[in-house]
Amino acid sequence: MITYRPYLNKEFAMSLSTSDVEKVARLARLAMTPTEIEVARSQLSGIFGLIAEMQAVDTGGVTPMSHSQDLAQRLRADVVSESNQREAFQAIAPQVEGGLYLVPQVIE
Amino acid sequence: MTWEIVIGLEVHTQLSTNTKIFSGASTAFGAEPNTQADAVSLALPGVLPVLNKGAVERAIKFGLATGSHIAAHSVFARKNYFYPDLPKGYQISQMDLPVVGRGSLTILVEPLSGNAKPYEKTVRITRAHLEEDAGKSVHGAAQGMTGVDLNRAGTPLLEIVSEPDMCSAAEAVAYAKALHTLVRWIGICDGNMQEGSFRCDVNVSVRKPGAPLGTRREIKNLNSFKFMQQAIDYEVQWQIDTIENGGKVQQATILFNPDTGETRAMRSKEDAHDYRYFPDPDLLPLEISPEWIEQVRATLPELPHTKQARYVNELGLSAYDASMLTSSREMADFFETVLAAVPNDAKMCANWIMGEVNAQLNRDGLDMSQSPITAQQLGGILKRIADNTISNSGAKEVFRTMWTEGGDADAIIEAKGLKQVSDSGAIEAIVDSVMAANAEKVAEYRSGKDKLFGFFVGAAMKASQGKANPAQLNEVLKQKLAG
Amino acid sequence: MIESSLSQMGAALRAKKISSVELTQLYLDRIAQQNPQLNAYITVRPEASIAQARAADARIAAGTAEALTGIPFGQKDIFCAKDWLTTCGSKMLHNFVSPYDAHVISQFNNAGAVNLGKTNMDEFAMGSSNETSHYGIVKNPWDKARVPGGSSGGTASAIAARLCAAATGTDTGGSIRQPASLCGISGLKPTYGVVSRYGMIAFASSLDQAGPMGRNAEDLALMLNTMAGFDERDSTSLQRNKEDYAREINKQVGADKPLHGLRIGIPKEFFAEGLDIDVEHAVQAAIAEYQKLGATLVNISLPNTRLSIPVYYVLAPAEASSNLSRFDGVRYGYRAPEYSDLTDMYQKSRAQGFGAEVKRRIMIGTYVLSHGYYDAYYLQAQKIRRLIAQDFVEAYKHCDVIMGPTSPSTAFKLGEKGDDPVQMYLSDIYTIAVNLAGLPGMSIPCGFGANNMPVGLQIIGNYFDEARMLNVAHQYQLATDWHSRAPQGI
Repeated sequence: MITYRPYLNKEFAMSLSTSDVEKVARLARLAMTPTEIEVARSQLSGIFGLIAEMQAVDTGGVTPMSHSQDLAQRLRADVVSESNQREAFQAIAPQVEGGLYLVPQVIE
Repeated sequence: MTWEIVIGLEVHTQLSTNTKIFSGASTAFGAEPNTQADAVSLALPGVLPVLNKGAVERAIKFGLATGSHIAAHSVFARKNYFYPDLPKGYQISQMDLPVVGRGSLTILVEPLSGNAKPYEKTVRITRAHLEEDAGKSVHGAAQGMTGVDLNRAGTPLLEIVSEPDMCSAAEAVAYAKALHTLVRWIGICDGNMQEGSFRCDVNVSVRKPGAPLGTRREIKNLNSFKFMQQAIDYEVQWQIDTIENGGKVQQATILFNPDTGETRAMRSKEDAHDYRYFPDPDLLPLEISPEWIEQVRATLPELPHTKQARYVNELGLSAYDASMLTSSREMADFFETVLAAVPNDAKMCANWIMGEVNAQLNRDGLDMSQSPITAQQLGGILKRIADNTISNSGAKEVFRTMWTEGGDADAIIEAKGLKQVSDSGAIEAIVDSVMAANAEKVAEYRSGKDKLFGFFVGAAMKASQGKANPAQLNEVLKQKLAG
Repeated sequence: MIESSLSQMGAALRAKKISSVELTQLYLDRIAQQNPQLNAYITVRPEASIAQARAADARIAAGTAEALTGIPFGQKDIFCAKDWLTTCGSKMLHNFVSPYDAHVISQFNNAGAVNLGKTNMDEFAMGSSNETSHYGIVKNPWDKARVPGGSSGGTASAIAARLCAAATGTDTGGSIRQPASLCGISGLKPTYGVVSRYGMIAFASSLDQAGPMGRNAEDLALMLNTMAGFDERDSTSLQRNKEDYAREINKQVGADKPLHGLRIGIPKEFFAEGLDIDVEHAVQAAIAEYQKLGATLVNISLPNTRLSIPVYYVLAPAEASSNLSRFDGVRYGYRAPEYSDLTDMYQKSRAQGFGAEVKRRIMIGTYVLSHGYYDAYYLQAQKIRRLIAQDFVEAYKHCDVIMGPTSPSTAFKLGEKGDDPVQMYLSDIYTIAVNLAGLPGMSIPCGFGANNMPVGLQIIGNYFDEARMLNVAHQYQLATDWHSRAPQGI
């Protein structure tokens, strides 16, 4: 098997800290053990090594590209098209009562 | 030691569309929980948003009404955070390129205390952007659980952000009220604050004059003007006390508790400062053509501030009266209909509407649209004052009768015999008889006791059974008493 | 019958040489027999499929049959299908019986096609080997010790093993073309926006595009005719006139030189370091065959090709991290059995419901969008995305289609790259740029490499040039028989 390494650019290689990974896991609402954090840190550092090559590219004056077609948003007429399907939708819900989706108590 | 107060507002107005901003589900208020939560509102896997034209039209109306820049090109972005009432885990909003840019709103501020006079102020609008509302959490829906109702999720909102131009609770309330009037006036929001159609977030900070801006705290979700004033007053005092006691104000999101009249910091949304905004790849840029803007402009009614200026300049009303008469479209329409009956008596119309009509409405707990007396009926009364058929007090009697029994002004005047005496011969005869009966007082008057004039007016009016034309009566009395 | 093209099957059905029920049962029997080894399907519902077949037979009897009426198709488990378990390869949706149909599913239903079952896939379409599925790895029918590619690996494996007439796929960074290449079948990713994304569970919204996978170009054209078309429920769906994608398929400029005048761009970056020699040989041979068919070669350059990997691995995870936030255990899908509070419920449900690769990409995406990194990563990637798209605009000034390998290697062994995400990501090098630009791309079988594993030829077209690409592919398939080879023992 051929090992592809030409893309790994040492100059821009970066490593993530444990607290970076912890912050990301918290933002993304992913429970992770310290061991998992460490594995993720190592793998993400490798991936960001791959990504780092981008940083050297001069993109001055280039307009960011969000969509492949340069089109405007189409608009929908303000007319009701949907009817009540609560029963069907809630048949697949983890926990409902009185038509409400239940979650652990929210404290504001 | 004096402090300067700095206030800016973010107002969430629910737009009065039939359907949600990104789907064809109804936005009607008060439905059974989750019966208006369609696949898009629920964020089922695979569903996609399509923008509601009605929401964009309303944003354009608002931009036109506030002289704001309307963006030819605006972009929807995702604001990412987790919350049970936010089904997608992100809110579709606008960040860098909002649909409405800089504008302004001129308000009339009535100071809340003292005898200070009302004054005008222009508040700058930073931007207004389209976004979707979240659902509602129902606390205690089951033991230890919160219930989530997503009927409201996806309702279109226009978030109107002001510059921190207000420096008192009175100014903040005046601005919020003016905005509330405007959005109902142009028909983009029903303004129902109880139902959450118009919700205010207030940013408050304090500083020493000339000092840089202080740290602000944001009071969330105020849904009454009274609470807004109370919350700001409490918060300002709290911040001043905190600083004067050597503490520091920390940036925070806070809630106002109407029961205690206090504010407190919120506990949830601890990641609030990393929303990871990025352009929503499911939506393309919103393009608004000049032609579309002109089409929308043609549907706009005369705006409150235009009307106010016209009332002051053309009708000679005071700024205060003009402001009151344009506090809602119903009010202005009522006024203009009354005025049509007596085109040269704008001040009288204003006085009657803001006096008699408002007082009765308040007493009966009604609003303008429920008034038992129509503008045409009131115009009928004022017409008879203007042509001297009835006196002011006679008019009040007609008004009272009309309020409870209905009917036409002329018919009531006739039935009650309220037509005033304007025949100069008759008035002279009355005056003569009163003077003859009070010869001593006539002598006293003539020797310099001017104050007795009122006595003669009263006596003559009584003798006429209240029907004498007061202006004429005064005239005749003055002449005859002068001898 | 199972070696017939879709049009032959349709003709046989309409001529009542075989009923849809019989044809469907034939495939269901093959699935029952072979799926335990291949694991190409996650869900089959024989009764539901037979019921659809009966309805198709009634329609044929009534004389209202269309091209695909009565033909049994596999559907990638990324498409929501009403009353079908729709898992997207994830434990997160282990219990998600969809209450609605994706646009693509509706289109097949309206055409009277039969849904044979939901095909296996990498979890949330994130993977190039089909090893990330919660429902087990899929095997390559050409060698069951090897991967079928991904993410549409179940579809590719099922087609190669003749466990369906044809099937759907989706392609975010090569997920139609790469498994087609590795399994020796044909697959087409249309121009972005040609097929509605409504009801297709989103991975990276600005790159995802559904397309047909089958045994030959003719079949792809027929399927695309059914799948394509404007859908008002998808804001990125293109409003274009309905077109017949088979309209040019039989076009021949001359009898011996059917593709005379066709200019094929050969990007030097696609034949550089990293390409396995056996793949290169097969692809070069295919290009030589094209020259025989009358095409001329043009050397072109797509200078930003190598940047497509970092750009893709910023943009796709960024969009995915947000798209996958809706999986929170509140309204549907997996909820952890035990939790202490709301945050704990979110964190545990998502940690338990998502697999390692999905979590990895969510974390990459969350990181690149987070405060302070947006400009350096996301915005920079979007700018380079434009440079990559412009490379193609420049190239198409000099050529009509671009050809090269689909994948740098043939199918690798199960588990071979499993623990090294970087190695896995690098194997997407030839396919990703096409998604970033939004162009149509396809892969067709063009021979065999080491260990007798199939090699795919990638054909990249200009925007909306699907009909021409299908012509180009079909003419090759008339001249060669790589596409009709079947693995042994199926």
